[in-house]
Amino acid sequence: MLAAILVAGSLGIVLALLNAAAERGVAAAGPDRGRALPDAGPPADARLVDRINALLPQTQCGRCTFTGCKPYATALARGEADINQCPPGGSATAAALAALLGCEFREVDPKYGSVPSYPVVALIDEQVCIGCAKCILACPVDAIVGAPKFMHTVIAAQCTGCELCIPPCPVDCIEMRPTTGNLPGPPPGKIPGKIE
Amino acid sequence: MSAGIAVFGGLRLDTHKRSSTLRALRQAAPPAEVVLPLDQHSDGVTAATVKPGDTVLLGQPIAQPQSDTGAWLHATVSGRVTAVEPRPAPHRQGRPTLCIVIANDGADRHDPANSPVDYRTLEPMQLCEHIGRGGVVGLGGAMFPTATKLLQAQATTGVHLLLNGAECEPWISCDEMLMRERAQDVVLGARILCHALQTARCTVAIENDMPDAHSALTAAIAAAGAEEPKVAIELAVVPRVYPAGGERQLITTLTDLEVPHDGLPSDVGMVCQNVGTAAAVARWIRDGEPLISRIVTVTGSGVREPANLEVRLGTPMSHVIAECGGYLEGVTQRIMGGSMMGVALPQDSLPIIKGTNCVIAATAEDLHPRGAEMPCIRCGNCSFVCPALLLPQQLHWHAQAGDLPALERYGLMDCIECGCCDYVCPSQIPLAQRFRDAKPALAANIASRQQASLSKARFEGRQDRLDRLEAERRAKLEEKRKAVKK
Repeated sequence: MLAAILVAGSLGIVLALLNAAAERGVAAAGPDRGRALPDAGPPADARLVDRINALLPQTQCGRCTFTGCKPYATALARGEADINQCPPGGSATAAALAALLGCEFREVDPKYGSVPSYPVVALIDEQVCIGCAKCILACPVDAIVGAPKFMHTVIAAQCTGCELCIPPCPVDCIEMRPTTGNLPGPPPGKIPGKIE
Repeated sequence: MSAGIAVFGGLRLDTHKRSSTLRALRQAAPPAEVVLPLDQHSDGVTAATVKPGDTVLLGQPIAQPQSDTGAWLHATVSGRVTAVEPRPAPHRQGRPTLCIVIANDGADRHDPANSPVDYRTLEPMQLCEHIGRGGVVGLGGAMFPTATKLLQAQATTGVHLLLNGAECEPWISCDEMLMRERAQDVVLGARILCHALQTARCTVAIENDMPDAHSALTAAIAAAGAEEPKVAIELAVVPRVYPAGGERQLITTLTDLEVPHDGLPSDVGMVCQNVGTAAAVARWIRDGEPLISRIVTVTGSGVREPANLEVRLGTPMSHVIAECGGYLEGVTQRIMGGSMMGVALPQDSLPIIKGTNCVIAATAEDLHPRGAEMPCIRCGNCSFVCPALLLPQQLHWHAQAGDLPALERYGLMDCIECGCCDYVCPSQIPLAQRFRDAKPALAANIASRQQASLSKARFEGRQDRLDRLEAERRAKLEEKRKAVKK
């Protein structure tokens, strides 16, 4: 009896450790996402932060290693981050940041990840969703609606395609889909007729 | 309302309306099969409510709008639905779009559910919704749902209704024929729209080369005034300048007020509807006939007997041309819409849609001879004719460079694509086409920036909420600690 309890208990501990390692494993693939700024640090010029923030894509994806676009802007203003950390913004954002901050342009460092060249939004497979509400907590722009034990869904118009909801999902029911709206359409046809 | 000030810029083009206005307005025979695209309006979503094999009656609803910018669609013949499938559509430059195809049984059995209503007994809101159920959209060509436009304008009190009969395109005469032959429909439509907008002020604007329309409207207005003196309908004559019939240009001509570039006519207290739209509203309310047909000008030197026909929607253009005696020799281009703003069509089997005001079979004599494009010499002619007060040559440089911020600064989105600039360009640069091509990229850019500012607001709202919850949690913890210490 005692042995059985010991075996079960140690199994539980081992599993918990494995689980923790696995979670770390997910996070360890690539640089950490979602590093909050240390509270202490040189004060950032609020106006500069706003100007930098205006150049960022507001995807709030955390690929830059900060918790969102504004924290990244704050870090940039303090000189604690580099201009090449924003994959969704791409070269255009890096160039705009370089121009604003007066530093040399560099392409986005691939270690911060990549994004599809077309706009995507998250889609929850509602047949598979178990209603755990974990993705709701992860969404940086409150674009997922639902409640515990009820199916969730993504408000597509407000989804930034940050992919932060994908890792927490225990049943892998979220996938990224190209958006149907705002896609550049086929080129327009012939030139209209000109008559005098 | 005075009409002394003409619109800035524009062109005084030779008209070619006479050939199509010599013959009386008549009905075209319904075709054996109609093809009705589901997206016959700006960009709204409309879903089919019938499936292949269904029997439909004339005027029966066959598609329902899914958003504010969608519109109801009705069967334009009685018969059997043979397909709901993608077919080439004229407003998509011949690219396929989902269409409902109905085989005509020739019986024209009307849907008994459509009945006349007395608009005076309806609340304005109900009346707008009822107009929407009639499938009425802007018949000037833009095809924006009329009900949505009326509901938007209801937010402003005491608007002035402006009925646009200033048909400035040189070949189109469908509105002129409508006002000549069915002036009482236009005036009844004006009264119904005034009731929907809760206004008593209405102006019908026509051009100064429409004497027959002027006298017909004057008589109809006098008859209506005797019946319902509360609503004051007046007639305004505007100079014949292209594009005086543009919504914003017409308002400026009549009121000397400029509609804000990012606003709507209701911002200056106006709401503008095409005269054809008003007549369609009148037929739906008075006769219970939804929008199943429209007047189309069939013209051009390549058609034997140019005329204005009342055509069932979904009729193939080739059928309409055949009704007018068929083609003459030497047709080089078929155009839907006017010669200035219309689109060239790849084939003539495409259907007539709600926005088809004109079909032109053009021969080489009709066509403006167009040489090879040469470099811009910065003559500035384009900026003297631009009715939107833009600088087309600057836009041209920036469009070539793909400089989106500059295009936005120079007001590309305010371009109405009237084509005045390329008409006068000595270097034969297809400016309007270039601007049309550049717009989607800029529109996408503007949309993504709006999306970004929305995301920013949501992110910051969430951060504030999380901070507040954290502070509350800490405060509770502190309280507990204090209680334990005690």
